[in-house]
Amino acid sequence: MAKGTAGDRRDVLQGTLDLMVLKTLETLGPQHGYGIARRIEQMSEDVLKLNEGTVYAAITRSGRRQLARETENWSRIAGVMARLLGTAERS
Amino acid sequence: MWSRIVIIASRLRFALSRQRVDDQVRREFEGHIDLLVDRYIRAGMTREEAEAAARRQFGNALLVREEIYDLNSALPFLDTTCQDLRYGLRLLRQNPTFSLVAILTLTLGIGANAAIFQLVNALRLRSLPVEKPYELVSIGIDQHGKGRVGRGYPGGRSIFTEPLWQEIRSRQQAFSSLFAWGKDAWDLSTEGEVVAARGLYVSGGFFDGLGVRAHVGRVLTDADDRKGCGSPGAVLSHAFWQTRYGGNPDAIRKTIMLDRRRFDVIGVAQPRFFGVEVGRAFDVAIPLCAEPLLRGAQPATGRRDAWWLDVMGRLRPDWTVEQAQVQLATISPDIFRATVSPSYKPDTAKNYTSFTLTADAAATGVSNLRRAYATQLWVLLGATGLVLLLTSVNLANLMLARATSRGREIAVRLAIGASRGRVVRQLLSESALIAGLGAAGGLLLARWISQTLVRVLNAGPAPVFVDLTPDWRLFAFIVASAFVACMLFGLGPALTATRRDPATTLEPGGRSSTDGHDAVAVRRGLVVGQVALSIVLVVGAVLFGRTLRNLGAVDLGFDPNVLVASVDLRRTAVPAEARTRTFADIVARLREVPGVGHAAETLIVPLSGADWNGRIVRGGVAQEGDVHFNEVGGSYFRAMATPLLSGRTFDDRDRPDTPRSAIVNETFARRHFPNEDPIGQTFQMDMPAGAAQPVYQIVGVSKDAKYLGVREERTAAAIRFSAHESSAMFLPIAYLAASQNTMAPPDFRIVLRADMPPSSITRALTRAITDVAPGAAVSYDAIAKYVDALLVSERLIAWLSGFFGALATLIAAIGLYGVMSCLVTRRRVEIGVRMALGAEPRTVIRMVLADSGRLLAVGVVIGAALAVVASRYAASLLYGLTPSDATSFAVAIGALSAASLVAAWIPARRASTLAPAVALRE
Repeated sequence: MAKGTAGDRRDVLQGTLDLMVLKTLETLGPQHGYGIARRIEQMSEDVLKLNEGTVYAAITRSGRRQLARETENWSRIAGVMARLLGTAERS
Repeated sequence: MWSRIVIIASRLRFALSRQRVDDQVRREFEGHIDLLVDRYIRAGMTREEAEAAARRQFGNALLVREEIYDLNSALPFLDTTCQDLRYGLRLLRQNPTFSLVAILTLTLGIGANAAIFQLVNALRLRSLPVEKPYELVSIGIDQHGKGRVGRGYPGGRSIFTEPLWQEIRSRQQAFSSLFAWGKDAWDLSTEGEVVAARGLYVSGGFFDGLGVRAHVGRVLTDADDRKGCGSPGAVLSHAFWQTRYGGNPDAIRKTIMLDRRRFDVIGVAQPRFFGVEVGRAFDVAIPLCAEPLLRGAQPATGRRDAWWLDVMGRLRPDWTVEQAQVQLATISPDIFRATVSPSYKPDTAKNYTSFTLTADAAATGVSNLRRAYATQLWVLLGATGLVLLLTSVNLANLMLARATSRGREIAVRLAIGASRGRVVRQLLSESALIAGLGAAGGLLLARWISQTLVRVLNAGPAPVFVDLTPDWRLFAFIVASAFVACMLFGLGPALTATRRDPATTLEPGGRSSTDGHDAVAVRRGLVVGQVALSIVLVVGAVLFGRTLRNLGAVDLGFDPNVLVASVDLRRTAVPAEARTRTFADIVARLREVPGVGHAAETLIVPLSGADWNGRIVRGGVAQEGDVHFNEVGGSYFRAMATPLLSGRTFDDRDRPDTPRSAIVNETFARRHFPNEDPIGQTFQMDMPAGAAQPVYQIVGVSKDAKYLGVREERTAAAIRFSAHESSAMFLPIAYLAASQNTMAPPDFRIVLRADMPPSSITRALTRAITDVAPGAAVSYDAIAKYVDALLVSERLIAWLSGFFGALATLIAAIGLYGVMSCLVTRRRVEIGVRMALGAEPRTVIRMVLADSGRLLAVGVVIGAALAVVASRYAASLLYGLTPSDATSFAVAIGALSAASLVAAWIPARRASTLAPAVALRE
């Protein structure tokens, strides 16, 4: 939809937004969507381009997800990525 | 577990308060955006820039709102479906004419299909309502194409003699139980006029073998079926018990009169059990052993040349039909050798002993109707299938037009982020609603149509019984046809409508693209398809209509307005040798009844289905080809209005002690006495072994008359003797003198020509007959009724196909009208320019009509080709014309073209009255 202005900014990866929202809520306590968006913006240091409306969808979803499980999921995927990237570098 | 419940509860709570939640979400979004705007303004942007940037940063709010809405729903899929259906309903209500036309045509299409399917289902697919029907096997005889021998009792399918049945029962091993039944009609009355009931003679194991239990009392068992059982108990069918005894349980303590003999009612069979023959239900069943008692002087029991039984068995648990077949084939030679009738001549006996027993799975029972109506049902199912297809194509056309006119709305939906699948689903939901409502209507209509069909079929003398209670097959069929129709008329338009790029559709002045060119091309194609399908249906209608007319105009060779009185002397005191005299007395007495013109006794009433055929012998040589016989009184030809061409009719000279006389018809004379005067010639009747062959002298020649049927198809091509006989379609008949028969059967028919309506005269006739022969059983019928009954399936098909043809014409006309109107609207500007430049209204009309003509012509050519192929399958149902009859095709094409051009003329006329100034200003 909205066209990105900076070429080096990336869209938020599918599935990562939920984890970010959960983590933010854990760190800062109860927050509005705006606050969460600001926090993610701040932490991402302009690397990520976020359609902020999607944060609200993530909040709604997070009602059914648990941080522990999401984190575990993410670690698993991150591990796979790390291994993949590692092998790629070695070869 | 607990958390799960909490989640579901919260979702339900959300689902109930979703509107409120949605409002909250919207407000929150606005707040969020306001904060962003403030931030950008503080960073130095103008308000407009800030707002744009904020919205960009926030992304598509509507999409997220929808996502959250969905997330809060308890069952997201069901939710959107409900939403779609609500939307669809709103659309249907908005456009009531369209909705009504769509639903009604679909109701007709689905209803007609389901009705015919219901008949097919009842006749061919439904299992018998008995225990484990899949274990049932019907036994038959493979005659290796050599034909049956001996005489059969009326009833059609029966194929076993009683001795054969006994032999099979004692030798078979494949069946845990084997049972036989014979059909008959019995008189329930105590005196005078006959009240007919459909009867079954059943072997003792019949009910037990089928697993049919008693509803009240008990059913017949082996103990009831013993030789010489005298007057045993009778079992009623549930339906008969309901109609005749009002379902009174006391019925089993009463007695019932069958052919003027008293039987104890011992029980009522379980509900829904109608027998094992589909199409022929039974009223009363009595054991086989009672047959000699009822048939009296000429019992079939024990006779080796009387074919009157059907045999069925239940397979042993570990046996298959194939194994049973092999076992039956092994024991066949012994069984047939043991039952050769002494009346067979050596060649007949040799033929007989080469027969083989066969076994066929009989879970769906046995039926004569299946073969009799097979072609008709398939033709009708094909026609209704075409109607449904046509309806769907027409609806597709209408839907496409609507989708096109909603192009802008669809484009907006796509532009604000709806996925194509979602929009297609929404469009389809409207089609699904139409299909669903059409299916519901179809179900109701199907019941009504199939009941009407069965009632019409029941016009015949033998009522047809088919179980039409709806079952899962019918529902599955309706759902499937509605689904297929929905896909046919819904999916294509939905896909076409969503294919276009929203950007071009929404451009200012983009009106032409809302009437997408591809959509119009598709619609023109659909109209061609409609015309083609309609041509097939209309050609069918014309062919069947002309067949019926041809059959109605057939020269029967007699005047069918004849009353038939059947007289049965079995329960009277008249001795066998006095019967001939008694019948003559009855006829003489009937002639005195006021209103009776002519009356004559006859053994066989033409077209009643009765037959007496055999061969004649000349110079000691049996002649090729069957001859049909009848035995009549002297006034027969007068009563039937069949002219005598030469010679004399039977009179006082024809007594038992004088030489036997015969009157033959033209076909007989032409076949057996070509180029000579038949009067004075003699022939002998071919008789069974051991019987003398009587000699007959021809005393007269009568005009040809029909004997078995209106079509008289028995005249197989091989038997037709000469080229000029091919169109004659009459059977060779020899009439013998009733007055010379010394061994008359106990029942006889009398043909009467009366100048009063039959109903007003029968009472006087019955009194006259019982005056002469007290205790005689009398029943009345009319030859005109036989003619009606013989033509009932032709009439039915002609009516139905005529209805389908008219419907098809109407639908094709609507289709052409729709497309031409749309085209005219699209070409308004062009037509306006033409007229501004001086085109005459006439030219415009001609232009539009020419365009319609092109579509029509293509459709007609395709349709005619299809019709040539399709009508070949119906060839056996036609009479007096070939399947590709040129006149019929011309009539069909002419009618459809005329209707279509009238439909096209309306938009053409509208185009020609267009005011150029108005059209050009747009």
